[in-house]
Amino acid sequence: MTSSTVRIELLVNGLPQRLELDPRTSLLDALREHLQLIGTKKGCNQGACGACTVLVDGRRINACLTLAVMHDGAKVTTIEGLAAGETLHPLQAAFIENDAFQCGYCTPGQIVSGAACIAERHAGSPDEIRAWMSGNICRCGAYPGIVAAIAAAARES
Amino acid sequence: MFPFSYQSVRSEQEAIAGAVAGGRYLAGGTTLIDLMREEVERPQKLIDINRLPLRDVQLKGDTLVIGALARMSDVASHPATARAQPLIVEALLEGASPQIRNMASIGGNLLQRVRCPYFRSIDARCNKREPGSGCAAIDGINGTHAILGTSDHCVATHPSDLAVALVALGAMVRTRGPGGERSFPVEDLYRLPGDTPHLEHTLQPGELITEVEVPQGGYAKRARYVKVRDRASYEFAVVSVAAALDIDGGVIRSARVAAGGVGTKPWRMRASETVLAGQRPDRSAWQRAAARAVEGVRPLSGNGYKVELLRRTVVRALEMVGEAT
Repeated sequence: MTSSTVRIELLVNGLPQRLELDPRTSLLDALREHLQLIGTKKGCNQGACGACTVLVDGRRINACLTLAVMHDGAKVTTIEGLAAGETLHPLQAAFIENDAFQCGYCTPGQIVSGAACIAERHAGSPDEIRAWMSGNICRCGAYPGIVAAIAAAARES
Repeated sequence: MFPFSYQSVRSEQEAIAGAVAGGRYLAGGTTLIDLMREEVERPQKLIDINRLPLRDVQLKGDTLVIGALARMSDVASHPATARAQPLIVEALLEGASPQIRNMASIGGNLLQRVRCPYFRSIDARCNKREPGSGCAAIDGINGTHAILGTSDHCVATHPSDLAVALVALGAMVRTRGPGGERSFPVEDLYRLPGDTPHLEHTLQPGELITEVEVPQGGYAKRARYVKVRDRASYEFAVVSVAAALDIDGGVIRSARVAAGGVGTKPWRMRASETVLAGQRPDRSAWQRAAARAVEGVRPLSGNGYKVELLRRTVVRALEMVGEAT
């Protein structure tokens, strides 16, 4: 059998997007392959690494572990949607300030997840940040900078 | 991933009709979609139930009622959960990652499938995935596997933290299916593997979990979930213990003890509970309860360490609960 396509509409970074998708398409693949928003990364593709973290209706989720068709009508925010024009999101600026990355592959997921971590008020101490950022793996081991950046942005928020 | 048809439903009747016709329920998707991508799961039709109004968390009298589609994070952060059942908050927050807790539903958490690497690898023998093919874990790499409730056909542990807490608390699941509604203990949702490890739960075809109900007991406020694992966060339990005590006048009136990471289903430790009742809350009581907890264990080549770890984790959890002021 073949999958028949499903039409959905997403509001991605403020822009309405109509898509006609094979229902097997993950939200991650819809963003990367259909909307060319390649900032969101595909790391493990099984929910273990957090590189694909996006916000759906303001909540952080793993875009690889969900089907795009499950989110008809939802508001999606990716790393491309965090900055206001040329002005970086405060956490993006804090990542640069605190040298919070090396290779950069996990960074979009770290920043989206970190922004949510701050908004959830789970960034009150380094220990709390580490626990509530445990869904984002950094294989370069940039964790000290990541924790420092989130702590700094949380203080300013 | 194999092709499938997709249907988003708006009513329980529509959902049940779709499932009776061979559809699989899709809630948070964090287990199912992962396993579909690995081709371990190959449903031909998915019934997306996420738009059903089953997300409420509320107190009815002193019973905590959790909608089956409530997300782990919503249940953990709900004031009613913290007030009535702090053990559930702790068990939820010790599980998964923040992202997955935002996605995973309570019903799906209870029905999540095992993390045995041989189950997840379609090239390996696995009686659960392919009945009759054998169990590669029994003579393979089995350090994370079960020591209680195992059979010669399957030794995988049930991975849910929440289910351990719910079993300890005597929670009930409410379901709706083609035959109407029913309610039964969470503990009875699970089957032992026996010689049919592919049959994991006691739900009938099309039966939908609608709610979980957690009754209030005298032990609910004095309860902890202790999870031992290979890293501090975002990891499945090697051994976990939920312990709850009702202590009055310096005597344990009743006790609830359940364990995760050790059983083929969430494991209620009734013998430990029995020895605790009527005792003074002290270390000798914890040690006697722990000794009962490891009766009947069947360690494998790689997981013998779990026996002593279970014994110590039971002591530790009871100590934290019983000696807290």
